[in-house]
Amino acid sequence: MLPVNINLSINGKLHQIEAQENMPLLWVIRDIIGLTGTKFGCGVSQCGACSVLIDGQLTKSCSYLVSSAIGKEIFTIEGTSKNLEFLRKAWNDGNVPQCGYCQSGQLIAATSLLNSIENPTDKDIDDAMSNNICRCGTYTRIKKAIHKAVALKNETL
Amino acid sequence: MSKIAKINRRDFVKLFGLASSGIMLGCNISSDKKDFIPQVDGTFTPNLFVQIKKDGNIIIIASRSEMGQGIRTSLASAIADELEADWQYITVKQAIGHEKYGNQNTDGSRSVRTRLEPMRKMGAIAKMMLITAAAKKWNIKEIDCKAENHFIINKNTKEKIFFGDLVESAALLKIPSDENINLKKVEDFKFIGKTLKSVDLHDFTHGKAIYGIDVKIPNMKYAAIARCPVAFGSVKKYTKNKAEKVADVTDIFDLERLKPPTGKFFGMFGGVAVIANNTWAAFQGKLALNIEWNNGENESFNTEEFKKILEERVHKKGKLVPGSRGNVNAAFKNAEKIVEATYHVPFLVHAPMEVPNATAYYQKNNIEVWAPVQDPQTARAELAHFFEIPIENITVNVTFLGGGFGRKSKSDFVVEAVAISKKINAPVQVVWTREDDIQHSFYHATSAQYLKGGIDKNGQVTSWLQRVGFPSIVSSFKPISDYASGFELGQGFTSNPYQFHNFRLENVKAEANLRIGWLRSVVHIHSAFGNNCFIDELAFAAKKDPIQFHLELLGKDRIVTGKSKFPYNSARMKKVLKNTATNANWGKKLPENHGLGVAIHYSFYSYVATIVEVSVLHKKVKVENIWTTIDCGLALNKDNIKNQLEGAAIFGMSIALYGKISTKEGAVEQHNFFDYQMTRMKNAPKIHIDILDKMHEPPTGVGEPGVPVIAPAICNAIFNATSTRARSLPLVGFGLV
Repeated sequence: MLPVNINLSINGKLHQIEAQENMPLLWVIRDIIGLTGTKFGCGVSQCGACSVLIDGQLTKSCSYLVSSAIGKEIFTIEGTSKNLEFLRKAWNDGNVPQCGYCQSGQLIAATSLLNSIENPTDKDIDDAMSNNICRCGTYTRIKKAIHKAVALKNETL
Repeated sequence: MSKIAKINRRDFVKLFGLASSGIMLGCNISSDKKDFIPQVDGTFTPNLFVQIKKDGNIIIIASRSEMGQGIRTSLASAIADELEADWQYITVKQAIGHEKYGNQNTDGSRSVRTRLEPMRKMGAIAKMMLITAAAKKWNIKEIDCKAENHFIINKNTKEKIFFGDLVESAALLKIPSDENINLKKVEDFKFIGKTLKSVDLHDFTHGKAIYGIDVKIPNMKYAAIARCPVAFGSVKKYTKNKAEKVADVTDIFDLERLKPPTGKFFGMFGGVAVIANNTWAAFQGKLALNIEWNNGENESFNTEEFKKILEERVHKKGKLVPGSRGNVNAAFKNAEKIVEATYHVPFLVHAPMEVPNATAYYQKNNIEVWAPVQDPQTARAELAHFFEIPIENITVNVTFLGGGFGRKSKSDFVVEAVAISKKINAPVQVVWTREDDIQHSFYHATSAQYLKGGIDKNGQVTSWLQRVGFPSIVSSFKPISDYASGFELGQGFTSNPYQFHNFRLENVKAEANLRIGWLRSVVHIHSAFGNNCFIDELAFAAKKDPIQFHLELLGKDRIVTGKSKFPYNSARMKKVLKNTATNANWGKKLPENHGLGVAIHYSFYSYVATIVEVSVLHKKVKVENIWTTIDCGLALNKDNIKNQLEGAAIFGMSIALYGKISTKEGAVEQHNFFDYQMTRMKNAPKIHIDILDKMHEPPTGVGEPGVPVIAPAICNAIFNATSTRARSLPLVGFGLV
């Protein structure tokens, strides 16, 4: 198969690339565009390390064809948004990461959660975050940090 | 380095590079006597830990690999503390693999234990030289100067000079000798024993930390390797026409197994390598291969059968292990009650979130590697061995590790990358798929244990017989190592903390049919499981409260001295147990279907006790709470230690509930996270960590000691809730998850 020209919008920036149409978005972002913050963990939508937002929708980029992303806005850990910044601050305050590898995906999943639920309960957090594996086991801190991000956000309102 | 610097200079300099201005302090901590060797500025000699620049910025070299245990922050804070530095000026850079840094093998929970004092000295030397430089400037005695928050202060006049302004004059001074180094008093610590956040937080939360898999080299290829499903099997024949047609696949060839010499290194499996322009194409090409394998001698290995064989063996007499004492059989005859139980732990795999990977560039007489390795010096020595290149021409750059857990101590994936780079004459990144990681690892060994205990009419344990069998780690270094070795049995079997008058340990045969390696807390997983589950059974038989029973067995306060710098102290063990009991409110009335279980363990010289609360509803276990107390001596970075123990609780839960590698006809049956499951947030309990403050004791292990207690405490809690004993892991196989 010959590669095709594809325009991708990532974090508000347009990237013109050549890729196989059936290539998963993850590998286009990492190997072709060179944004390595989005991680490979399992390749089969099981661990959430590759999480990105596509038109605001939480997506496992390892299992999402690049051709489906054409014309859509892709948001990765290299991007910035209000909710992500509150989360980053809370992650920092809570000294959340250990090895840090899964945290890009955790932060993107948490951003998606706060985008849809302003003040999530523990149950909301469990439901939203249980598709993301942290082998180091920082769940206690992630949960706390999400509540903290909400608190930080409410303080600024 | 120059070829790397071109593409992404900032990141690589940050990770690997070193500017060359200011004073540099080197030390040779690998030699016994000449601890500190003067180094002069201006050369690119990475024999250094502290570099102070004219603008006051300080670069501290991290010689141990960062895999989530926070070592870059911890050791840097020890240097900064002695140096009286302002933390804001500190930048940490990762050392390459080189013996001049001393031992860099990041495992065994020993980085702080072995490096705290040398690193403090590195800071202290820098401070002394800055003081000398300032004293000369003021023409006063050194004793009339002190360092404080990045300044040297004239005690008489209160004048002060910024560290950066002393760099040029300090660089000309002689480095003080070891015996003249004065370290700070515990009371004066500014960072040690406090909490410092990770120096890498910003990079972690912005996707900027560079792990092995994130390394990009100009003109780099990507490779995936198809390996024989059965350990040590080889390629019989293969067809590649389908794989060749996969877009972006550029080359396909077979790789010979590289067999390590007896006693060291790891070698690599070999198989069929698919080279491509991106990772995904390499993966796709690999899937499209059609390979016929010679499965070799392990092709009939079935773990279900092996479990039965091991269990049969532990029910027969084994080899007597030194350290046994008294006469168990005589004591059994006089016992009021005899309790027997058999326990089993399956093979386990590390499954760090970042799969094994390495980037290598082999050129003529030169190798450069970028990889997430726990033991860069062994990787380097191994490359020198296999590729017959002088070791000084091999550079191993250590990236961040997306988790290690022991997997990344073994450098097979580095050897693969170099072998492929050599073949294709280009830089290459080898990436394992998750399936590769699950199916071709160095596994944590399976074990079977038989325990028999005798209790007298007062409920005292009079005898303890323990037979154990598990494939030895030594088998990965020495063929035909069919019995667990002494150093393995020393992990909680011969060294259990209890005082039994009649104690007999026997070791039974256990062949290795998979590559065996070490996984976070290693043999302590087996010993803590057998010991703690069985003590709970004895306590029940003796009609005693488990905590009271543990305390009785720990015996009177005693310190077991020996050659160790860290003698075992039973009072410390009892203290962590009592502390945990208080925190968990042991003895409280529990809700219906809830149960509490306890486990204690001494490992990596640290004392740990854990109490778990479970609920069991409709035969499904939910872990509700975990209380852990650790006494790890001086607690260098408190919140980081807490984070480690919270993580250990989750890691231990994954072992208890889900972890199982099984084989059929030699091949591992699990594939990915859907059949090798992990604890997820919705299953995570509330975790309560307590660190006992022992600032005057030397620091002991932190990364691993929190793991072994979790599985037995969970099983004991299940018994407390249901009166059912779970003696075989994981609980998912027990119908309890």
